[in-house]
Amino acid sequence: MTIDWVNKLQNLLQTMAFSLAIATLQYAFTPDRPYAPPVAYSLAIGITIWFVIDMGRHLFASARETGWPRGVPGVLLVVGGIVTGYFVGTVAGDWLCRTFGWYGNLPPPDRHYELRSSVLITVLAGLAGSLFFYAKTKGAYLERKMGEAREHANESRLKLLETQLEPHMLFNTLANLRALIGVDPARAQVMLDHMIAYLRATLNASRATSHPLQMEFDRLRDYLELMAIRMGPRLKYTLDLPADLAQHRVPALLLQPLVENSIQHGLEPKVGGGDIAVTASSEPGSLVLVVQDTGVGNTHTVTPAAPIVTPAKAGAQGGFGLTQIRERLATVYGDAASFSIAHSDQGTRAEIRLPP
Amino acid sequence: MTTALIAEDEPLLAQALKAELATACPDLEVVAIVGDGASAVQQSLALLPDVLFFDIRMPGQGGIEAAVELADEWPSTQPFPALVFVTAYDQYAVQAFEAQAVDYLLKPVQPARLQKTIAKVKALLASRSSDMQPTLDQLRQLLQPAAAQQALKVIQASVGNSIRMVPIEEVVVFEAADKYVRVLTADREYLIRTPLRDLLPQLDAQVFWQVHRGTVVRSTAIETVTRDEAGKMHLTLRGRSDRMPVSRLYAHLFKAM
Repeated sequence: MTIDWVNKLQNLLQTMAFSLAIATLQYAFTPDRPYAPPVAYSLAIGITIWFVIDMGRHLFASARETGWPRGVPGVLLVVGGIVTGYFVGTVAGDWLCRTFGWYGNLPPPDRHYELRSSVLITVLAGLAGSLFFYAKTKGAYLERKMGEAREHANESRLKLLETQLEPHMLFNTLANLRALIGVDPARAQVMLDHMIAYLRATLNASRATSHPLQMEFDRLRDYLELMAIRMGPRLKYTLDLPADLAQHRVPALLLQPLVENSIQHGLEPKVGGGDIAVTASSEPGSLVLVVQDTGVGNTHTVTPAAPIVTPAKAGAQGGFGLTQIRERLATVYGDAASFSIAHSDQGTRAEIRLPP
Repeated sequence: MTTALIAEDEPLLAQALKAELATACPDLEVVAIVGDGASAVQQSLALLPDVLFFDIRMPGQGGIEAAVELADEWPSTQPFPALVFVTAYDQYAVQAFEAQAVDYLLKPVQPARLQKTIAKVKALLASRSSDMQPTLDQLRQLLQPAAAQQALKVIQASVGNSIRMVPIEEVVVFEAADKYVRVLTADREYLIRTPLRDLLPQLDAQVFWQVHRGTVVRSTAIETVTRDEAGKMHLTLRGRSDRMPVSRLYAHLFKAM
């Protein structure tokens, strides 16, 4: 834990200003008595309370994140601070006044007579001060949390865009397009149309929440067509969507990362290439979406049983896409949807089950 | 006639490069187009072309790995071909090419850039000798593992249902074998699934020497290194009978003091 000393100094100065204000108020009600004693008492009590509470709160584990202990300990800390402040501060104030002769020619205060008012002032001021600093700490904590959340959201949006508009894919596709324009302009036009649809869908996906399965499959076709032109005979694909499921709404581009993973980690590394099959089917109680490839079997996602020496390295990109799918399913369907992925020597099979 | 080989897994791009080359350099004959790294090595050894255009990302073996293997197998009587890497977008690789002055092309290939590359290649071909050392140095630099990571202390290998903890001090050899890496100690052998290229940055380069693309050996365990009539090097380990090949790329490690 690190203690922010500038912040501590700030709190001390604010406490002193507050104490001074109280002393001034007290003096305003009894202008016939000297100003120095209430200032001495008020500052001594205020600084003691500040010290006990502001330093003491770091001793509590629950204060580590929010800056303030939660529940009973928090209340006890404030009460303890005020009680300590009253006794220690009163003795210190009295000592100061006697030593420096601030009582003047007046007799020292009658403890018994002033007890009630000074206790009242200490408790009220102590509570008000604590409340003020509590609100301040809490506000700073919430602001920090909000900043972190914003940063996280931005980062994940950027990452999503980066995986979708993967530069390697983009430049290779453009290179193919450039080559096609020379030899087969008609096919180049078709390829460009697929690319436009793919880019438009990708860039809109973060805004649209859901679309019909038909549209999902159309977008997959755009992507697979692009890849089929690039990979030539190394890629074969089938898309199977029964007509009665075509209008079923699903989160937009839910399957996209699975198909991209199949290409990138399954078929592209395989010398002979292979097949990708995307199917939708309805079973009693669920709608089943399957992406299956005959690739090398994605080694980028860690199977739990496998002894992996460097877990940090594994699944950097594939992992992000899959996490994204899990998060989206959880947000939309809660526990009603499931997602599983299995790798074998025959390839990879990913399955999503949605409520009908 | 100058001959060239193109290794590119995307058929349209391979054809396009061939067409661009025909316009940019009519006296260059493309003798073969292959779609993966292994075929690139095989065809290059069979046809001995003067120029190689290797795509970086290819199925099976990438362009850089293929070039390394080729450098290892290349007949020592022949000058090594001029090497040009081709990539769509690999920032790390491009930086390495720049640093090592290795020629490269970015896809889509721009005619102006291709002209420059061809001029360079021609200059290189005019002055090349059969001394492979500069090529080997370049390739070795390209293979440099990314930044060294935290040193590995223990190898966790699965044996049946349990995980065997093997202290790194006991390991004598790491050897790539198909999808696994064999980990040899003085008296035992384990299989792990972490690829050699992921292990390398975690090993102390002073202690473990890479002697071949698939072999990393504890330097103090090496007993002898010998060169045969064909110029190939092999090493033997203390207390072991098997001979291990030493790649040309790493032959510089062994010099008499």
